[in-house]
Amino acid sequence: MIFPKQHGVDRVISVLFWIVPLLITAIFIWILSDIVRGGIGQLNWAFLTTAPLDTGREGGIAPILVSTLLILAVCLAVSLPIGIGTAILLAEFTPKQNWFGLTVRRSLDVLAGVPSIVFGLFGNAFFAQTLGLGFSILSGGLTLACMVLPILIRSTEAGLSAVPLEYRLSSASLGISRTSTLWHLLLPAATPGLLVGLVLGIGRAIAETAALIFTSGYVDRMPTSLLDSGRSLSIHIFDLSMNVTGGDANAYASALILISILLMINAIATWLANKYNCSYD
Amino acid sequence: MTKSIENFHNKVAEIQPLIQIQQLSLRYQQKLAFQDITLSIPQNSITAIVGPSGCGKSSFLLCLNRLSDLIPGCTVSGQIRLGTLDLLSHKIDTTVLRRRIGTIFQKPHPFPMSIKKNITFPLQEHGINNARQRDRIVEKVLQDVGLWSEVKDRLQESALNLSGGQKQRLCIARTLALQPEILLMDEPCSALDPIASGIVEDLIVRLRQKYNYTIVIVTHNLAQAKRIADYAVLFWVDGNCGRPIEFAPAKQFFNCPEHLITKAYINGSKG
Repeated sequence: MIFPKQHGVDRVISVLFWIVPLLITAIFIWILSDIVRGGIGQLNWAFLTTAPLDTGREGGIAPILVSTLLILAVCLAVSLPIGIGTAILLAEFTPKQNWFGLTVRRSLDVLAGVPSIVFGLFGNAFFAQTLGLGFSILSGGLTLACMVLPILIRSTEAGLSAVPLEYRLSSASLGISRTSTLWHLLLPAATPGLLVGLVLGIGRAIAETAALIFTSGYVDRMPTSLLDSGRSLSIHIFDLSMNVTGGDANAYASALILISILLMINAIATWLANKYNCSYD
Repeated sequence: MTKSIENFHNKVAEIQPLIQIQQLSLRYQQKLAFQDITLSIPQNSITAIVGPSGCGKSSFLLCLNRLSDLIPGCTVSGQIRLGTLDLLSHKIDTTVLRRRIGTIFQKPHPFPMSIKKNITFPLQEHGINNARQRDRIVEKVLQDVGLWSEVKDRLQESALNLSGGQKQRLCIARTLALQPEILLMDEPCSALDPIASGIVEDLIVRLRQKYNYTIVIVTHNLAQAKRIADYAVLFWVDGNCGRPIEFAPAKQFFNCPEHLITKAYINGSKG
């Protein structure tokens, strides 16, 4: 009597387990196909290499693409060294129960959940006004760095902490210094974790609209320096679809570019993570 | 208990002590792992530390080259002397100390690098910058551990692809490459299959004969201790913390032990 009933429950549960991932995949495919269908017609070399005309209804996205990449570059140039440094400090040089470590970790977890609009207002107040950087690519990139840091630090720290104590002992037993152990053994082992954090971080940064409206601004001209205002892809899409009637086609095409960049970064990171993935058994 | 400690001192007078340990205690945060160990490790011989689990054998080994520094919450008190050096002093350069006193662990952990790099990386760290000299050392130590013929054509392959016994011999080789004076071995065979275990055991005896190493080996395997050791120490759990209860030349230890617990442990009726 028990078995058929169990069997029935098992069946329902396994069907449910199949439906959920299928639904999620279906939603992704739906969004992707909608964007591809709407944007592929607009897409050509000229779209990528010319400036927008008629507030974006015509022309391309060249300056926007350049601004986006510059903002991303500023963000990474600042967040990578600070992030890795902090992760090393937390994982290697701060005892687990130390108040300093606990405080930093708690703050990072809170920061990771702060809405992006709050980061935007902070960036505007601090980078744009207090530091006098104005609406600029630099302000935007620095604000994004603040957003990305918590994710980057926590995932790198997790990667470092995952290396078993035995490796540190083996290395120390050979008289290898702490710095060398960190550089040659621990950091390579933490690379996959770092890359995961990087992809999540870049994903959050490149898709960011709210934080950038207040910091890097709206201007869709080609930037000539990091202190110029620059419009990112996500703001461009927002503007075309909300404020510009007849801008839908170019909004679709821009979204297609944005999602392609994201998928590309994802693929590169996966490839790198596999390449550096060394099993610590 | 005082009687057996007196016995240790009498034994010390007979042998050439290399490491002298006095009133050594170790705690992990609140928990005492062992207390008041006074013991001398004789030179150019194999000293086996036997005893049940949790009696502080491995922790004891970690103190001897200050690897205990790396364990969070671990504090050591007492005195360890190597010649005139006070090993627990803050002035000791632990990288040099650990080069002189090498450790082999129960589970081999080769670095995720090539076989060759596993040996050359520590050498480079210790300032041996001449590549040809490093190559010579690699060949020599791999021959010493009997691994050369097995791996000489694949030195550039990852060390993680080796078998368990080969990994352990590689870890021994990279330690030997630093020319230590003393080898500490924490159950070096217990994670290996019987054949690999036999090969490593033979290697230990060979190293002792060929290079006169001083070896301290922790083992659960009494038969192994009996086969290879010159001296033996029994650690026992005494009131929740470890303590050595008998130290003697191996023949005497295994054939006519003084302590009742040793007798019972060797006969398999205790422990």
